[in-house]
Amino acid sequence: MNRYLHCLRGVVSRELLRFLHQRTRFVAALVRPLIWLFVFAAGFRMALGVAMTDPYKTYILYEVYIIPGLVGMIQLFNGMQSSLSMVYDREMGSMRVLLVSPFPRWYLLLCKLLAGTMVSIVQVYVFLTIAWFYGIKAPPMGYLWILPALVVTGFMVGALGMLLSTFVKQLENFAGVMNFVIFPMFFLSSALYPLWRIREGSYLVYQIASLNPFTYAVEMIRFALYEQLNVDAVLIVAATTLVLLALAILGYNPARGMMARKGGGGE
Amino acid sequence: MTVGESTEVPALEVEGLSFSYSGKPVLQEVGLRLEAGQFTVLLGPNGAGKTTLFSLITRLYDRRVGSIRVGGFELRRDAVAAHARMGVVFQQPTLDLDLTVRQNLTYHAALHGMGPREARRRAEEQLQRVGLGEALKTRVRQLSGGQRRRVEIARGLLHRPRLLLLDEPTVGLDIAARRDLVERVHRLCVDEGVAVLWATHLIDEVYPDDRVVVLDAGRVRASGSVSEVLASSGATSIGEAFDTLTRGPTEVAT
Repeated sequence: MNRYLHCLRGVVSRELLRFLHQRTRFVAALVRPLIWLFVFAAGFRMALGVAMTDPYKTYILYEVYIIPGLVGMIQLFNGMQSSLSMVYDREMGSMRVLLVSPFPRWYLLLCKLLAGTMVSIVQVYVFLTIAWFYGIKAPPMGYLWILPALVVTGFMVGALGMLLSTFVKQLENFAGVMNFVIFPMFFLSSALYPLWRIREGSYLVYQIASLNPFTYAVEMIRFALYEQLNVDAVLIVAATTLVLLALAILGYNPARGMMARKGGGGE
Repeated sequence: MTVGESTEVPALEVEGLSFSYSGKPVLQEVGLRLEAGQFTVLLGPNGAGKTTLFSLITRLYDRRVGSIRVGGFELRRDAVAAHARMGVVFQQPTLDLDLTVRQNLTYHAALHGMGPREARRRAEEQLQRVGLGEALKTRVRQLSGGQRRRVEIARGLLHRPRLLLLDEPTVGLDIAARRDLVERVHRLCVDEGVAVLWATHLIDEVYPDDRVVVLDAGRVRASGSVSEVLASSGATSIGEAFDTLTRGPTEVAT
């Protein structure tokens, strides 16, 4: 049992160390949601007041509304970033170092996912701190409530990224992933507008958004931030996570997965 | 793990190994046997299937025919036990450049289930052994190519494996660094009693006491001690033997 913990600690601390060394990545990860908050949300404030809906107890400013969406965005980008680094690691060979270690492969992949999730959680809390000083404050306990929600969301987008990394053969193809995965997932969700509002605009977009698991991740974080549990959202996100996780682990199975497909090209 | 086990069990045993990639055979009926303390050079031109063989031994891919046993453990059935007994230096450099040598090594130690204290102790011990005792806190980026390779060798030996696999480890090194690395690993092999499988296409990396396996177009053309390979190919030097064996389509008896 101890051996497993040492392995987990090793993978997580390597990920955090690498993250600390990549300052530009850290800055970029923060600047993106901050621009949305300071520029986009401030501009839309007048146009888009958000009426009273759960979990909010009063009318709220648009800036307040998009905070959970931006938290989700941080995690989504981070998940894709780790997927990108897995493709990179695979091309550069350091993925092999992980995969030849004497632990079951599913466990190594879980460690990797948890490591990526931890990195995204650090980013989220830094972002929420800045938002706090900007004047957007949630109930203090809410910041604790969101922790498990962040872990589940981190696993969901991380597993999605991991699954994608089994399909993306080369780094160059990664721009496509951005266009076809991140943007639709983010924009076609409740991150920027509440579902009922999307429905008024376009019924089709509303339907897509209500099928998008990212919507439920955002709602789960939103409710948690206000000390509430959105059971439906939690169940949907957890189920999606399990499915993605199973597929990603299957994808890295040496007998069937991408390593096998990539095989032979080495020499 | 290394010391207690019976030395009669070969460090690596590959039997009847075949592997094809999109219908094209890459390896056919490959057999190998490495005993403790033996330095075996896997000699083959580019494209012979050396890296594929390594990827199969390390179980990066698995769709194969035949058996691979590391320290007596079948790779497919006892992957964890087999992996614990092998150390690998991949062809591409796989160190984290921004981390220090120690951080790289302790990461690897953790991947083998070692605690932090044990990891530090072994990292120091192995670095001394490859002559880099001073470099613990140096960032890998600041090391030369030859030094990085030595760190990777220290890393490969950190968990005291019975088998050390090196896939063309001298690629990209200058002559002095290359000679130094070949010399060091030969010495390690004797001192540690670890079995070494060293893939290369450079015949001057073969020492007279080494065992040689000549691989060409996915088949083992000859294997045995240097003199056995010379005798079976009718050549006078290993270079000549290599040329004869990798040119002719006929298989030479082992």
